[in-house]
Amino acid sequence: MNRILFIFIIFLSLDGIAQEQLTDSTKIVDLDEVIVISREELNNQRQVKPLSSIDEYLEKSSKITMIKRGNYAWEPAINNMVSERLSVTIDGMQIFGACTDKMDPITSYVDVSNLSEVHVKSGQQGSENGSTIGGGIDLKIQKNDFDRESWNFGIDGGYETNGNSKIVSSEFNFSNNKFFFNADGIYRKSDNYYAGGGIEVMNSQFNKFNISTVAGFKTGEKGSVIGSFIYDKATDVGYPALPMDVSLAEALITSISYQLKDISSFINDWDTKIYYNTITHIMDDTKRPNVPIHMDMPGWSDTFGFYSKIQAKKSNHNFLFNANAYYNKSLAEMTMYPNDPDENIMFMLTWPDVRTTYAGIYGEDIINLKKNQSLKVSARLGFQMEHIASEFGLNSLQIFYPGLDDYNNRFLISLAAQYDISVSNFDILLSTGYGERAPSVSESYGFYLYNSFDNFDYIGNPYLQNEKSIELNTSVNYTVKKFKIGIEASFFHIFDYIIGEIDPQLTPMTIGANGVKIYTSLDYANIFTTNLSASYDFLTNLNLFGAVGYNLGQDNNGENLPLIGPLNYRLALHYKKNFFDAEINMNGAAEQTNYSIEYGENMTEAYTVFNINASYNFYFGNNKLFVKAGVENIFDTYYSTYADWNNIPRLGRNIFINLSYVLK
Amino acid sequence: MKFIKYIMPILLILLSISCSDENGIEDPVNEVQDLLKVQEFTNSTHIVELFTESGMLSLGYNNITLRITDITSGDFVENALITWKPIMHMTMMTHSCPKSDVSKVINKQTIYGGYIVFQMPENNDEGWDLTIDYTIEGNEYEVEGDISVPNSDKQIVTVFTGADEIKYILALIEPQNPEVKVNDMTVGLYKMENMMSFPVVENYTIKLDPRMPSMGNHSSPNNEDLTFNALTDMYDGKLSLTMTGYWKLNLMLYNSGAELLKGEEVTETNESSSLFLELEF
Repeated sequence: MNRILFIFIIFLSLDGIAQEQLTDSTKIVDLDEVIVISREELNNQRQVKPLSSIDEYLEKSSKITMIKRGNYAWEPAINNMVSERLSVTIDGMQIFGACTDKMDPITSYVDVSNLSEVHVKSGQQGSENGSTIGGGIDLKIQKNDFDRESWNFGIDGGYETNGNSKIVSSEFNFSNNKFFFNADGIYRKSDNYYAGGGIEVMNSQFNKFNISTVAGFKTGEKGSVIGSFIYDKATDVGYPALPMDVSLAEALITSISYQLKDISSFINDWDTKIYYNTITHIMDDTKRPNVPIHMDMPGWSDTFGFYSKIQAKKSNHNFLFNANAYYNKSLAEMTMYPNDPDENIMFMLTWPDVRTTYAGIYGEDIINLKKNQSLKVSARLGFQMEHIASEFGLNSLQIFYPGLDDYNNRFLISLAAQYDISVSNFDILLSTGYGERAPSVSESYGFYLYNSFDNFDYIGNPYLQNEKSIELNTSVNYTVKKFKIGIEASFFHIFDYIIGEIDPQLTPMTIGANGVKIYTSLDYANIFTTNLSASYDFLTNLNLFGAVGYNLGQDNNGENLPLIGPLNYRLALHYKKNFFDAEINMNGAAEQTNYSIEYGENMTEAYTVFNINASYNFYFGNNKLFVKAGVENIFDTYYSTYADWNNIPRLGRNIFINLSYVLK
Repeated sequence: MKFIKYIMPILLILLSISCSDENGIEDPVNEVQDLLKVQEFTNSTHIVELFTESGMLSLGYNNITLRITDITSGDFVENALITWKPIMHMTMMTHSCPKSDVSKVINKQTIYGGYIVFQMPENNDEGWDLTIDYTIEGNEYEVEGDISVPNSDKQIVTVFTGADEIKYILALIEPQNPEVKVNDMTVGLYKMENMMSFPVVENYTIKLDPRMPSMGNHSSPNNEDLTFNALTDMYDGKLSLTMTGYWKLNLMLYNSGAELLKGEEVTETNESSSLFLELEF
């Protein structure tokens, strides 16, 4: 605790470090961040390559780190907290992965072709769409407005030398003042990639395509109906950090919404949506040599839901109300095939057909106190009911929990307040919040879920308390002429922190596992994150940007929590003139000293990598050709970060080229 | 808890008796409707039918139902007193096996029940026969015939000599239909007094350690060792099965003085006990 405070003070007292940034916003750090993905904006953005995976876009955010189990389907973490502690939604829609081993974060079921922006919010600021501890990520689907009549057609292609990776995508957009239609498709294929030094990372290939359409029509002056459809299918996805691969990850994500705009002087916007999504995820080890026992592990997750959101304004109050509900069905199986073919197959339910029903309301009010001050207060109240629908599954869990009831009810509360003040060149933000989250399906009801990170089988615990968090955040931005500097820091004190604890009485199911852990609650855990960023414009066209981040996470015994990032840094020199844009950057991390042996972590070495890229926009009348090329990991450094599952190495040197052609 | 465990079966039995009194008498002809006929034995006066759930006799524990029909009247005999004697005819000797008394099935009119534990299967040269003696209103009768006891591919009964030099027979009785759950487990333990007498062994304990050899000897939690149930003359315990497949039920037999008679602890180096039963589902 003292150590955390000490570091906090040190960072607050640092100033005068000269660095720079690109966006027009006066703030260099912000607790709420918007990552722009839209193809329309293809040029001035600080993006490495327009055909990056959504994961690579997210990784550029200072708020997000990505946990990697391979070259595909990275798992986002905010404030060093992953899926269970985050609220990840697609346009406000709840969607839950179908993999018991977290091989399919929600972000893996969309692609850049579907999205316009990603809204990243830290801590309780992210509770608009659901309960959270660490924050919220809302992926906004790309759609046109009802506008003057226009159309465009775009085609993009990309190639990367490392992994022989190919990307093609195409989109068509049409809109007029009564109707709009967007359609897009993207296909990605990559072979095994090579780590620094030309070392092939086996089982790191993937194949994926994604198609989506969004269409809307006006029902009157104020109302409109919008339907959207996304189909995403990944096949032959390798997970080098895990003992299994994925033969199929398939999602269908649909919604229909009714929107009313400018209803009255009080209500600006009323958006009501119903949605359905279904995910099938099939793990597969048939391509792995020497598995001790072959197994199939399919999982399914279906979610129905709705939300109704009202934005209203009265004098200096800006209201947002959101009532939402969903019903999710999560089922996962494991079938193992004994080496003796005469023996019966071994079957278990790893998720016992859990039906989760959630209903909640959210309200926020942003009050403009004076010209330079604002206060935001928000609250979410939710009710969650969980039901184990499979008798087989209930019986299985009753082996561990005799007399376990098949129903479980929870109330979940989130509260937050944020105060923002601008004084001369300073912009200061203070916020605090209290949040609760229900344990995830795996944490409550998982049955022998193997975690390759610590080599333990995990058993859920249906009697877990809600996890509760008290958080404090601050950000200070200072701007003077060409120089900007900002620091942000968040501190979370999490009660009943859910984590696996070894039960020495139990023998593992997975052959070769170290033992069995049961999910349990620590009295508390503390997580601290901070980030210092600065930018400086040397010349009109040339700027330098730098950022340093530090994190610390400890449990109630002062032991380190797993997956907490070490000191990391970024430095970028960016040049832009007219249609030309170039950047050279460096990023790296110090040695990870605060690792958690107990949770299977080992020390991760320090590393620094360098990247360079350049882009140009060519115009042919109304048509535009955008070309971007670059080299990542120029010096072919072999490295892995703390967030790489089982220390799988990252990409070695990679030369890429992306081309986008837009016809209007 | 213990009290409830013992008192519950009694309460259930009482409850079922009182219920059936209210419901009146069932149609006698249908009393074997959930069973399948194994075979029948005939003498000049009666037909004696043998039923089990599977329609077969098998190695190990068999729950057997009998019904006697008077050939002359065609009626079922409701008041017979029955004893039975299964005999194995081996090439060098003959012997019997553990068995219960035969008694009228509670709350039934026409059927009699008991169990027999066949500790060895038939083969080409050796086989079992069954003699049934019964008395009706003071008159004694007998039927006799060969029965078929095929081998089982799983060890559901085992014969062994304990450290006390006594020969024991241990048979799996429940679960007959194992599931992924905490199953009620029942075994029968008998000692070989001589070739013809196999009485129930009382008040021993049997330590249970179920394992899956195909899964690196995975075990399950919350199993309960088998203890003697004086009401049933059998040993009851709890068997947790975490998944379907082949399970080896490693056992250790202790006498009432807590002395180990047979079996070894399963450890990293010792994959299984020499005393075990098997099941697969």
